[in-house]
Amino acid sequence: MLILGIESSCDETSVAVVQDGRRVLASVVASQVDLHARYGGVVPELAARAHIECMTPVMTEACRAAGVTVADADAIAVVNTPGLIGSLLIGVTAAKTLAWLHGKPLVAVNHIQAHPYAVCLDSDIEPWPCVSLVVSGGHTTLYHHAGPLQMQRIGRTVDDAAGEAFDKVAAILDLPYPGGPSVDRLARRGNPRAIAFKRSAVGPEQLDFSFSGIKTAVLYEVCGHDLSRTAAEMADDRKADVAASFQEAVVDMLVANTLRAAESRAVDTIILGGGVSANGRLREKMAEAARRRGMACHVPPLKYCTDNAAMVAGLAHVMMRAGLVADLAFEAKA
Amino acid sequence: MAIVRARASCLCDGIDQTQLRAAALAARLVAGDVVCLCGQLGAGKTYFTKGLVRGLGGDADDVTSPTFVLMQVYEARLTVSHFDAYRLTSSAQMLDIGSDETFAGDGVSVVEWADRVPEALPDERYEVRLAVRGPTQRFLEITGRGRRQADAVAFLVSQGLFQPTDPVL
Repeated sequence: MLILGIESSCDETSVAVVQDGRRVLASVVASQVDLHARYGGVVPELAARAHIECMTPVMTEACRAAGVTVADADAIAVVNTPGLIGSLLIGVTAAKTLAWLHGKPLVAVNHIQAHPYAVCLDSDIEPWPCVSLVVSGGHTTLYHHAGPLQMQRIGRTVDDAAGEAFDKVAAILDLPYPGGPSVDRLARRGNPRAIAFKRSAVGPEQLDFSFSGIKTAVLYEVCGHDLSRTAAEMADDRKADVAASFQEAVVDMLVANTLRAAESRAVDTIILGGGVSANGRLREKMAEAARRRGMACHVPPLKYCTDNAAMVAGLAHVMMRAGLVADLAFEAKA
Repeated sequence: MAIVRARASCLCDGIDQTQLRAAALAARLVAGDVVCLCGQLGAGKTYFTKGLVRGLGGDADDVTSPTFVLMQVYEARLTVSHFDAYRLTSSAQMLDIGSDETFAGDGVSVVEWADRVPEALPDERYEVRLAVRGPTQRFLEITGRGRRQADAVAFLVSQGLFQPTDPVL
């Protein structure tokens, strides 16, 4: 079964062609990073306009790369929730138009549900049941998956996302944007045990995260309790120690809650997703912790960790087989 | 004509005391109100917002930092639009993300890092400054700009939650 997938929920316009839910024939992503760079974040109105401009060329390129035409597809899949409403509408409208024009079934895919499915792409992994940790600039969320289509959120951040904490600590340490890679790089030279930042877990099952406290603790460490000092006054070695100790604490909290989630839900597989899963220390410690408990830890290739349509077309295959076909009346939902 | 203003301040020890004051302010908010939050990283702007949303009958757990997404919306007695200007570098950028429309809507708005986008803010508004005074101590200063806002600040003072400061003209 050949599925053409469309993803436009945030700031990437993406179209992919996937065979039988696994084999990625083409996955084209047009990033708007440059467009939003001067805002340091995604601007919804600009994003929607850029999707309109990118959609047709991206689709043409995906079909060309896969060596297929839209008429060859057995179904059209599109993300209809969650995301920026203006952005979602562009993808949904494109999908409906194609489906109506070519008489193809439509599949409406949940973006969040599609992310963990990325581990199945170009692989024969069967990760279900499992828990997944989605960790990025905007998310730090734990899910329990009974199967590819049954997911339940079981943990989330109550304040800052982990990626945001990295960005803000980078700002406190006067490191360049984006902060995640900057901290990761500096931390390699530092001692992760130099400063014992407090590890915490919140929520009834200790599955929720809080990264606001550690951000403040780093601020005091660098600037003093009266905030009279700046990062410029701190020796480079000490800065590296702060970066390493901060990163270690954040990674420990991510790993601890994820393992607690896996144990409480009695699953032996962990999936990591989202941009922060690029962090070397997180990959290392999560894999090591999983191995010690006899669990498997899967991390999709980086190109499938960030937003992409391949995961959408992949999950749509599972949905088609479960008879979950949408009609032309379905709507985009923020 | 100069805008009527009233200013008051207090010292809070612990997040609970900060949130209590935020919730008390929430009780006085009406549709169209804008609450501007200023204060450095870790001063407690997001936690103040949690208190505000709880005071409006919403779920404080829904409130997270909007730094990445620029704006989040929470359902409560009045819909709360939670902006974050941390990544913005000009007032024009704030207008680009539709702040004017939201401010004029029938909910209330909270703007973190409001001092980064001064020209995008309405004349009549609440300004809350949070300053770090120790590991758990925060100095809070609230200014009500506008007749109704100034009355609300006077009310918070009458409840013993803030001490009055000389009005600034």
